[in-house]
Amino acid sequence: MDNYINIKVRVWRQAGPKAQGHFETYELNHIFQGASFLEMIDILNEQLIAEHKDPIAFDHDCREGICGMCSMYVNGHPHGPDSAITTCQLHMRKFHDGETITVEPWRSRAFPVIKDLMVDRQAYDKIMQAGGFVSVNTGGVPDANAIAIPKPVADEAMDAASCIGCGACAAACKNGSAMLFVAAKVSQLALLPQGKIEAATRAKNMLAKMDELGFGNCTNTGACAAECPKSVSLANIARLNREYLCAKFKD
Amino acid sequence: MWLKDSSIGRKFIMSITGLFLVLFLLFHGSMNICLVIDDLFGTAGYNWICEMLGANWYAIIGTLVLALGVVVHFCYAFYLTIQNRRARGNDRYAIEARQEGVDWASKNMLVLGIIVIGFLCLHFYNMWWKMQFAELTGIHTSMFDPADGSAIVKALFTDGWCGIIYCLLYIVWLVALWFHLSHGIWSALHTLGWSNLIWLKRIKVIGTIFATLTVGLFMVVDVYFLGVNICSMIG
Repeated sequence: MDNYINIKVRVWRQAGPKAQGHFETYELNHIFQGASFLEMIDILNEQLIAEHKDPIAFDHDCREGICGMCSMYVNGHPHGPDSAITTCQLHMRKFHDGETITVEPWRSRAFPVIKDLMVDRQAYDKIMQAGGFVSVNTGGVPDANAIAIPKPVADEAMDAASCIGCGACAAACKNGSAMLFVAAKVSQLALLPQGKIEAATRAKNMLAKMDELGFGNCTNTGACAAECPKSVSLANIARLNREYLCAKFKD
Repeated sequence: MWLKDSSIGRKFIMSITGLFLVLFLLFHGSMNICLVIDDLFGTAGYNWICEMLGANWYAIIGTLVLALGVVVHFCYAFYLTIQNRRARGNDRYAIEARQEGVDWASKNMLVLGIIVIGFLCLHFYNMWWKMQFAELTGIHTSMFDPADGSAIVKALFTDGWCGIIYCLLYIVWLVALWFHLSHGIWSALHTLGWSNLIWLKRIKVIGTIFATLTVGLFMVVDVYFLGVNICSMIG
């Protein structure tokens, strides 16, 4: 049964990108366990506004786990202690009465803090712009079943495509590597005939961009896949390695 | 050069050198097993191998290639770690929980590697210095004939309390090596791209088997001489 709990929230407060950040602890009473984590933060912010304090800045949008906007490192886990969910899908029933919950922003050199819990994740957009697409001449619409794709391949491509680019992989990685993200974005296209034509250049360009933006080197610890809200598999990283190495040896 | 400038290139170098060193370890471990067989059945297989390798030009080239492998693996390890720490940024997480399914070894490969290298230096002093180095230079580095490798090993490991300490030290080394290999082997195969949804589980099992086999070969010899030593001390 969901009850009402009293908690303490220890939040990272940072006034701006260059400012020195610090933790601040807030007491929050009478929080319903059926509330989502972000609703709890909303309640906390209302309390802060009532006290004429600066509310906590945090990213959020769809609040149904599909946009990839929410990005909180809760009690040592990106998107909190539950598995295969985003922060907005996290519920207060995962916490108990009297608990101190520590909330931090993503910490990675490529994701600088903008304010409080908001980080700049444009690095992922830049990686996408480097090759995460299929160049097509949009002529007439092709017949839906003109290109037959085996079910297992389609499934794997869809699983890779479920990546919402939230950045939890790079945030969880001890090496600050974005390999799972890049691997998912390369895989979702490399598996399908439409994407195969540019597969080699895509892998090379997206990886080069990832390295350029200051992400680290993957050491296959698997923390990314374990924390991924969409359970994107580590096997995608092997595919990216394969695509990249093949492309380089062909050169 | 993409092998230096791209992250996958760097990891490729780590994988290739790592797998190469695993193959060497397998050979070295198999060779060591001869020590036990020799001791049990009175054969002289180990010394035969020592003599065959000795200071032949191919053994020297082999040693140099091997040394190059170690040096490259070692240098890249530091290069990668420095880059990765920088990528992580200056601000660390206040709370870092461990994730389910993430091996402890995978997050401590550098530390494990340093332990392995550290003991390797001891090992060089114990064995290589008295065998191949002595044979190459003709300098008498120990009271034994450099070709009589088996006597050198036995003298070290069955030398009363000193032997016990050496056996235990080598066991610590082997345990660190096992942890290093338990992540290293499958990770290397993964980096080379030999993995998918099905093979990911398989290469993890293959990695564990190879790590256990490789370290097991060394461990048998170590534990055997530890036993022999303790028995002779008691009786």
